[in-house]
Amino acid sequence: MAEVTSQGGENDQQNGATDPAAIAGRERLAEQVQRTGMFGAGDTGDTSGYGGLKVRRAPLLASPRPYGSYFDELADSLESAMNAAGTSYDAAIPLVVVSNGELTLYVRREHLLSVASQLRDHPDLSFEMCLGVSGVHYPDDAGAELHAVYHLLSITHNRRVRVEVTAPDADPHVPSLVDIYPTNDWHERETWDFFGLIFDGHPALTRIEMPDDWRGHPQRKDYPLGGIPVEYRGATIPPPDERRSYE
Amino acid sequence: MGIEDKLPSGVLLTTVEQLVGYARKSSVWPATFGLACCAIELMSTGGPRHDLARFGMERASNTPRQADLMIVAGRVSQKMAPVLRQIYDQMSEPKWVISMGVCASSGGMFNNYAIVQGVDHIVPVDIYLPGCPPRPEMLLDAIVKLHDRIQNMKLGVDREREVTELEEARLRRLPLEPSLAQPERAGIGTRTDLPYPAQQDLLQPEGVHEAGWPR
Amino acid sequence: MTAPSESRTGGSSPQDSTEGRVYDVGGADWDDVVAAAQSPDFQSSDERMVVNMGPQHPSTHGVLRLILTLDGETVTELRPVIGYLHTGIEKNMEFRTWTQGVTFCTRADYLAPLFNEAAYCLAVEKLLGVEAEIPERATVLRVLLMELNRIGSHLTAVGTFGLEIGATTVFIYGMREREKTLDLLELITGLRMNNAYIRPGGVSQDLPAGAIERLREYVRIMPGLLGEIRALFDAAPVFLARTKNVAYLDVTGCMALGVTGPILRAAGLPWDLRKSQPYCGYETYEFDVPTRTTCDAYGRYIVRMDEMEQSLRIIAQCVDRLSGVPIGSQPVMIEDKKIGWPAKLALGPDGLGNSPDHIAHIMSQSMEALIHHFKLVTEGFRVPAGQSYVGVESPRGELGCHAVSDGGTRPYRVHLRDPSFTNLQSVSVMAEGGLVADVIVAVASIDPVLGGVDR
Repeated sequence: MAEVTSQGGENDQQNGATDPAAIAGRERLAEQVQRTGMFGAGDTGDTSGYGGLKVRRAPLLASPRPYGSYFDELADSLESAMNAAGTSYDAAIPLVVVSNGELTLYVRREHLLSVASQLRDHPDLSFEMCLGVSGVHYPDDAGAELHAVYHLLSITHNRRVRVEVTAPDADPHVPSLVDIYPTNDWHERETWDFFGLIFDGHPALTRIEMPDDWRGHPQRKDYPLGGIPVEYRGATIPPPDERRSYE
Repeated sequence: MGIEDKLPSGVLLTTVEQLVGYARKSSVWPATFGLACCAIELMSTGGPRHDLARFGMERASNTPRQADLMIVAGRVSQKMAPVLRQIYDQMSEPKWVISMGVCASSGGMFNNYAIVQGVDHIVPVDIYLPGCPPRPEMLLDAIVKLHDRIQNMKLGVDREREVTELEEARLRRLPLEPSLAQPERAGIGTRTDLPYPAQQDLLQPEGVHEAGWPR
Repeated sequence: MTAPSESRTGGSSPQDSTEGRVYDVGGADWDDVVAAAQSPDFQSSDERMVVNMGPQHPSTHGVLRLILTLDGETVTELRPVIGYLHTGIEKNMEFRTWTQGVTFCTRADYLAPLFNEAAYCLAVEKLLGVEAEIPERATVLRVLLMELNRIGSHLTAVGTFGLEIGATTVFIYGMREREKTLDLLELITGLRMNNAYIRPGGVSQDLPAGAIERLREYVRIMPGLLGEIRALFDAAPVFLARTKNVAYLDVTGCMALGVTGPILRAAGLPWDLRKSQPYCGYETYEFDVPTRTTCDAYGRYIVRMDEMEQSLRIIAQCVDRLSGVPIGSQPVMIEDKKIGWPAKLALGPDGLGNSPDHIAHIMSQSMEALIHHFKLVTEGFRVPAGQSYVGVESPRGELGCHAVSDGGTRPYRVHLRDPSFTNLQSVSVMAEGGLVADVIVAVASIDPVLGGVDR
C-alpha cells in the first residue's frame, strides 16, 4: 500500500501536481505488480494462472473538506480543542478519511493520548464510550504494519468516530488508553494477544484468549491458520488456508 | 473393581452382566461439559419438551467424581483441553464419553490453531454425535445407543476377552474395509444393491457389538 | 488480638499458633468471638483464601474461570479468566468468502446468532454500498427474526439466572417458552440455532407457508406465558433478597467500562441503538425502551422481562407488514445478481432441498444465471476496499462488526465487538466487596455468552 498521502499543500506544488488523486495515481503506476507462481504452479495444480497474482491495493486518499454530515463540526471542534490544549491538530492527525458514511481520524501514536482525552472531555465532542480496540495487520504497508482501530461513541451527541493508529512491526508500541477509557483493558490485551501490538502503560498486558504460554500472535497475517488435513476414507482435503483459492 | 474379578465366566456371568448393565444404564449421571452452542441444545434436552429426566439423567453431577457420563458439548479449545482431561481423570470407572456436535467429534468447521480437532485426541469417546448443533432428539438417540452399549457391556473375564479381540481386529483393519458392524442391529446399511460398502451407523465408531475402548 | 488481661470464663482471646489463628470457645463468650472476627486486625493476609471457580462449573455461563480471593465470605478480589472457548472465528473468516463468513460469525454469540449475522451483513452491505437496495421484505424479515432471537436469548438469560441461584422452575419455564421460539426459528430459517439465514444482500429465503399463522399464534400466547414467569419471580421474597442491591453498577461505571445493553438501561440511561441509531428500519416500528434506575441485578432482570414484551410488540408489527402480500411475490435478496445469493432451497422430489427450479433455470434457461451462480459459489462477490463498523443492539448490548476489505472476495479482517466481552470486565467491579453468592448473581445478571467473549 502506498504511503499515507498528506493533505494537499506544499509538496504538491513542488511536484507540479495539484491534487492528491494525481499524486496517488503516479505512485500507483510506479508500484510493481508482483507476479509469482503463475502458469505451471506445481503444488495446488491451479492452472488458471491467477494463483500467484498479487493485486495492488489502492492507496488511501485523504478526504477533502467539506466532509459532510456532522464530520466537519466534529473536526472543527477537535481542532480548536487541540489547539487550545497546545497540540497541533495537523501534526497529530495527518489523515482524515470519510468513507461509507464514517469518519476515520488517523492519529500519530505519540499524540494518541491527547487526542483521546480531548475527544472524551471536550463538551462539544464528549465521546464518553470507547467500543474497544480492533487490531489489523497490513504486512504490505511498510512502516505501518500494525493498525489499532478505536471506535468511539458519543451518547450525548449521538455520534460515532473512528480513530486509527499505526505502528511498524519493528517497533510495535502504541500508548494505552486504559487511563482514559478503562474499557480498553481487555480489548488491548486481546489486541496484544492476537497481533503483538504492545500498549505502553497498560497495567497488565498479558494473554487473554490464548493459553498463557502460547507462542506467536495468531491473527497476524504471517501466522498460519493452523488447520490439519481432513481425512476421509481414501482421501484427504487440505486445511482451509492451503486449498485452491478462486480469488 | 472387586466383584467383577471374582466372577466366573459362563451363564451366570451373562445374567449378572445383563443385570449390572441394566442397573448402570438406568442411573447414568452426566457430568455435563457444556462448552458452546451444543451446551444450549443440551440444556434444551433437559428442558420440558425433550426431557432428560426420562432416563433419570436430569440430575447432572456437578462434581466429576460422582459422574458416569461426560457429554462434551461444544468446541474444545487448546486452552480448555487440559481441563477436559483433568475432569475426565477425576471421573471414576465405569465412565463413558459422548462427544456431542461436530466440533467435539472432529473439530467441526473450525479447522484451525485454536480448536482441538476432535476430543478423541484427549479422551476416549464412546459415541460420536454429529450436528451443528445436534437437535435434542439426536442427543436422546445418542444416549439411547449409549444405554444399549452399557447394557451389553461385559464384565470380568468376558470383558478382557472382548477387549483383546477388539484390539486385534482394529490392528488388522485396512482403511476401506467395512467394519465388523452387525447391520441388522444398526438398522441401516442392509441394502445389497448399492455399489459402495454398507454404511455404518454414523453415530457409533464400530457396531453395537464392540463396546468401548480397550482400557 | 489484644486484651489479654480481661477475665472471662472460658477465655476466648485467640492464639496465634503455627496453624494460624486459633480461637478457644468455651461457651458464654460468643459475643467476644464475633467481636474478634469483626475487628480490623482480623483482616490479616493469612485469612485470605484464593478459590478457583471454573472453567467447568455449573454456575457459570459457559467456560468462565473466576479466581476469587476470599476473606471469609467476602470477595476481596475477583479476576475473571477467559479464553477457554477461543475458536479463532475472526481468523477463520479471512479464509472464506464473504457469504461463507456468515456461518462463522453466527457461532460467536451463539444465543443470539441472528444478531451476529445482522451486524456482519450490515457491515458488508455498507462496504458494498448497497444499503438502499436491500429489499424491504428482507429488512422486515431481519427485524422479525432478530426480535424472535431476542426473546429466545432473554428467556435463556432469565432461565439460567434462576437456575444458578437455585430456582429451577424458572429454568423449566424459560426452556418451555424458548422451545416455542425455536420452533418458529426452525420453521422460518431451517435451524434452531446458528441459522445462517441473514446473508449479505438480504435473507436466504422467504417465509414458508403457514408461518404467518404460527407467528400470530405465538404473539397471542406469549404474553400469558411471560406473565407466568413474572408471577413466579417478580415479587418472590427469596429472589428479591438475592438480587436487590446486588451487583451494583451505575451509569458512570457503565460509561467507563463500556458497558451497554440491559445493564446500562437498568442503570437509568435509556440508550438503545434501535432508537438512537436505527438500522433495518427500526425507526418505523413502535416500541419503548424499558429502563430502571436501580442499577442492580433485579433491575436488569426486570429490564429483560420488559424487553421481551416490547419485542412481542415489534413482532406483531412485522407480521402485519409481512402478511399483506403473498409469500414469494416480493424478493428477499438483493436484485443485483452479482451479489445476491442465487439459490432458494426448496423440497425436491428426493426429499432433499436442492431447489430444482433454480437448477432448471440456470441449466436450461439462462446462461448469465449460470455464470453468476458459478462465480458466486466458487469465488464470491468482491467488496470494495475500505472499512466499516456497524453496531446492532443485541440482547446483551452493542454488538459491533468492524469489517475491513482489501477489494477481494474474502474479508481482510473482521472483528466482532462483542458486548459480553466488554460487559464481563465489569464483573470485578460489581462483585468485589460482596459475598460469594453475589458473584454468581453478578455473572448471571451480566448474562455473558462465552462464545462471544472468546470468539
